[in-house]
Amino acid sequence: MTFEGYDLALIWAALLGFAVLAYVVLDGFDLGTGILFMAEHGSDERDVMVNSIAPVWDGNETWLVLGGGGLFAVFPLAYAVILPALYPVIITMLLSLIMRGVAFEFRFRTNTKRGRFWWDVAFCGGSTGAAFCQGLALGGLLQGIHVENNAYAGGWWDWLTPFTILCGVAVVVGYALLGSCWLIWRTTGRLQDSSRLQARALMIATLALIVAVSIWTPFLNPRFAARWFGWPGIALTSPVPVLVALTAWVFWRSLLQKHHLTPLLCAQALFVLCYIGLGISFYPWIVPPSITIWDAASPSSSMAFLLVGAIVMMPIILAYSAYAYWIFRGKVEVGMNYH
Amino acid sequence: MFSLDALQLARIQFAFTVGFHIIFPAFSIGLAAYLMVLEAAWLRTRQQVYLDTYQYWLKIFAVVFGVGVVSGLVMSYEFGTNWSQFSYKVGPILGPLLGYETLTAFFLEAGFLGVMLFGMKRVGPGLHFAATCLVVIGTHISAAWILASNSWMQTPQGYRIVDGRYFPEDWVKIIFNPSYPYRFVHMLGATYVSVAFVVGAVGAYHLLRDRNNRSARLMFSMAMWMALVAAPLQIIAGDVQGDNTLQYQPQKVAAMEGDWQRQPAGEGEPLVLFALPDQANQKNNFEIAVPHVGSLYLTHSWAGTIKPLKEFKPDEIPFVPVVFFAFRIMVGLGLLMFAVGGVGLLLRRKGRIFQARWFQRIMVAMGPAGFIAMLAGWTVTEAGRQPFTVYGLLRTADSVSPVGAPGVGISLVAFVVIYAVVFSAAVIFLLRLMAVPPHPGESGPPAIPHRSAGITPGPAGATQEPALTPDLAPAE
Repeated sequence: MTFEGYDLALIWAALLGFAVLAYVVLDGFDLGTGILFMAEHGSDERDVMVNSIAPVWDGNETWLVLGGGGLFAVFPLAYAVILPALYPVIITMLLSLIMRGVAFEFRFRTNTKRGRFWWDVAFCGGSTGAAFCQGLALGGLLQGIHVENNAYAGGWWDWLTPFTILCGVAVVVGYALLGSCWLIWRTTGRLQDSSRLQARALMIATLALIVAVSIWTPFLNPRFAARWFGWPGIALTSPVPVLVALTAWVFWRSLLQKHHLTPLLCAQALFVLCYIGLGISFYPWIVPPSITIWDAASPSSSMAFLLVGAIVMMPIILAYSAYAYWIFRGKVEVGMNYH
Repeated sequence: MFSLDALQLARIQFAFTVGFHIIFPAFSIGLAAYLMVLEAAWLRTRQQVYLDTYQYWLKIFAVVFGVGVVSGLVMSYEFGTNWSQFSYKVGPILGPLLGYETLTAFFLEAGFLGVMLFGMKRVGPGLHFAATCLVVIGTHISAAWILASNSWMQTPQGYRIVDGRYFPEDWVKIIFNPSYPYRFVHMLGATYVSVAFVVGAVGAYHLLRDRNNRSARLMFSMAMWMALVAAPLQIIAGDVQGDNTLQYQPQKVAAMEGDWQRQPAGEGEPLVLFALPDQANQKNNFEIAVPHVGSLYLTHSWAGTIKPLKEFKPDEIPFVPVVFFAFRIMVGLGLLMFAVGGVGLLLRRKGRIFQARWFQRIMVAMGPAGFIAMLAGWTVTEAGRQPFTVYGLLRTADSVSPVGAPGVGISLVAFVVIYAVVFSAAVIFLLRLMAVPPHPGESGPPAIPHRSAGITPGPAGATQEPALTPDLAPAE
C-alpha cells in the first residue's frame, strides 16, 4: 500500500491528536472517579465507584500507550525532546498509574480492612497524581521547551512554574468534574445525590480555571497572541468561548432538572472545546516554539508502514470500545457482583 | 568502570524495570498456551479434572496479565525519558515495530481476555475455547513484535543512515533480521519451560499435602512431560542461537566463554567451568577449564577456535564478568532442568512419580528455575551487546538522554520503592492463590470487577453469584 501524494505527517498528527483527546475524555472520568474516591466514606459507595469504571478503565488507558508509542514511531524528535524535558513529571505520572492500576486489582483481594484502606489510598492518590502530572505536562508544552540541535537543552526544573501548577490544578479539577458527572450517570440514591452536589461546585471551579489558563496563555508566547487575536485566527478562536459558555449553561440546566447523562456529555464537550482551542494555539507546532509536525516527522516509509496497521485496527478498537460501553450501560447497584 | 554517572544509572534503571516487566508477559505467554492445552483436553475428554485445573490456573493468569500490562506502560515511555538520543535516531525503525505491538496487544486485550476470564457460562465451551486460542495467538504476536525489535538491535539490517539517524529501507529485512528466528524460538521455549516448572512446583506442593489430589497429579504429570521434552529442545535452540551469535556478534560469544586470547594451534577451545574474569588486565583468574569441550559446542569440531577478546578493540567488548556469570547461571539451570526431566521419566517408568516425596520437594524448589534462567539469558544477550545499543552502529553512550545523574538516580529510587510495593503485593497474591489446593468444581476467577471489556459482559454491571474461595473472601 502506498500513500503517494498524502501529507502523512498531517494525517498522523490528526490521528495522534485524536488518540490523546480520546484518552482525555475517557480516562478523564475514571481518573476523576479515583480523585473523588476518598470523599465517599462508605465501603459500599466506594465499591460502586470502582465497579462503575472497572470494565472500561483499562481500555481507556490503552489510548495513552498508543499516544506514547505513536509519538515514538511517527514523531521521534518530539518524543526525544518532550520526555527528557518533562522527565520527573512523566516518571511520576507512570508510577501513579501503576499504583492505581494494581490498586484496582488488589483492593478486592486483600483479607484485611487495613489492607483495603491502603489500596484505597493508593487508588485515590495514584489517580490524583496522574491527573496533576498530565496538567503539568500540558502546561510545560504550552510555555515552550528549550531545544538546541534537535535535543532538549533546558534544565531539570524548567517545567515547574506557576503557570504549569495552575494547569495541573485545572486538569485535576476538570477530571474530578468528569468523574462526578460519570457517577451521576451510572449510580443511584445517595451516591448520585452527592455526585450532583460535587458536580455543581466542580463546574464553577473548572470554568474559573479555564478562564485563568486562557487569559494567561497568550502572554506566554507572542505567536499564541497573534494566533488568537489576529486575523484569520480570531475567526476560529472567537466561537470557542461562546460555545464554552453555551455548554456551561446547558450543563447547569440539566443538573437542575436531574438529567442523568447530559451533564457528562456537557463536561466532555467542554474538554473537547478546550482541546480544540489548544489545537488552534499549537498548530503547526508539535513542540512549541520551535518544532513543527513536519520537522519532527519520521521518514514517510515509517509513517506509511504503521498507518496500514492503524487504518485496520483503529476502527476495530473504536467499534469495540463503543460496544463495551453499550454492554455495560445501566446503573451500578450496591452489592451487584460480589460479597 | 562503574562510576555512577547518568549513563550507568539509566542502564541500571532500564535493566531493573525491564527485568521486572519481562517475567509477567513471559508468564502470560506460557500460561496461556498451557491453558489452551488444558481446555482442549477438557473438550476432547470431558473429564472434570481438566476443567478444574483450567479454572485454577485461570485465576492466576488474570493477576499475571494485569501486572504485565501496568509494568509495560512504563517501558513505552522509558525510551524517551532515559534514551532520547536512541529514540531520535532509531525511532523511525523501532517505533513502528513497537507501535504494531501496541495495536495487536490492545486488540487482544480488549477483545478476548474478558471472554476468557469470565465468559465460560455465557458463550459456551466452543466459543470460549476460540477466545482462549485468540488470547494465545495475541500474546505470541506481541512477543513476535518485541523480539523483532530487540533482534534488529542485535543484528541490524534493512536500514540506511541519514545524518546519523536510521531510516527504514526494507521492512521485511528489518523484521526478519538474521538473529530473529533463533531468538524468537529460544524465547518462546523459555516461556514454556518456565511455566512448566511453576506448574510442576505447584502440583508437587499439593501432592506433598494430598497424594490423591487429582488436579495436582495432573499438573505434576503434565509438567514432568513438558520438562522432559522442552528442556532438551530449549538447550538445542540455545546452541543453534549460539552459532548465529558467533557469526554476527563474535565478541559476545568470546565474553560468554571468558576467552581472552588465541589458543595455541591444535589445542582447541576449552570449556571454562569457573573463572574470575579480569577486564582491566584482559585475563581470567582462578580458571578451571576442560580442554577441547568448548570447540565441540562452539565449532562442532575437536580443535576449532574462535576470535578471542584481545583481538577486538578494548572499547568494543562488553563487560565480561556479567556476561560470563549470567551465561553460566543460564546453562547451569538449563542442564539442571534437563536432569530433573530425566529423573522424572525414570520415576515414571518405576511407577513412583506420585510417591517420591524427595523428588517433589526438589520440584517445589525448582519452581522459579525457568524464570531465573530466562533473566540470566536476557542478561547475557543485552549486556553482551554492550557497548552498543544497536550492535556495531550506535554506542550506548550516544543513546542516553541529556539528563543529569541526580535526576536519573532519584527516579531510579522511586521505581525501586514503588516496584517493591507493587511486585511484592503481586507475588504475595499469586503465592496465596497457588497455596490453595485445587479441588473438584473449581470456580473461575472470583467475580471481582475485571479490567478488560470482553464481548460478553463480565460481572461488573451484571449480577452474578460470588465465587470466592474461603481464604479470598474479603474481611467483613
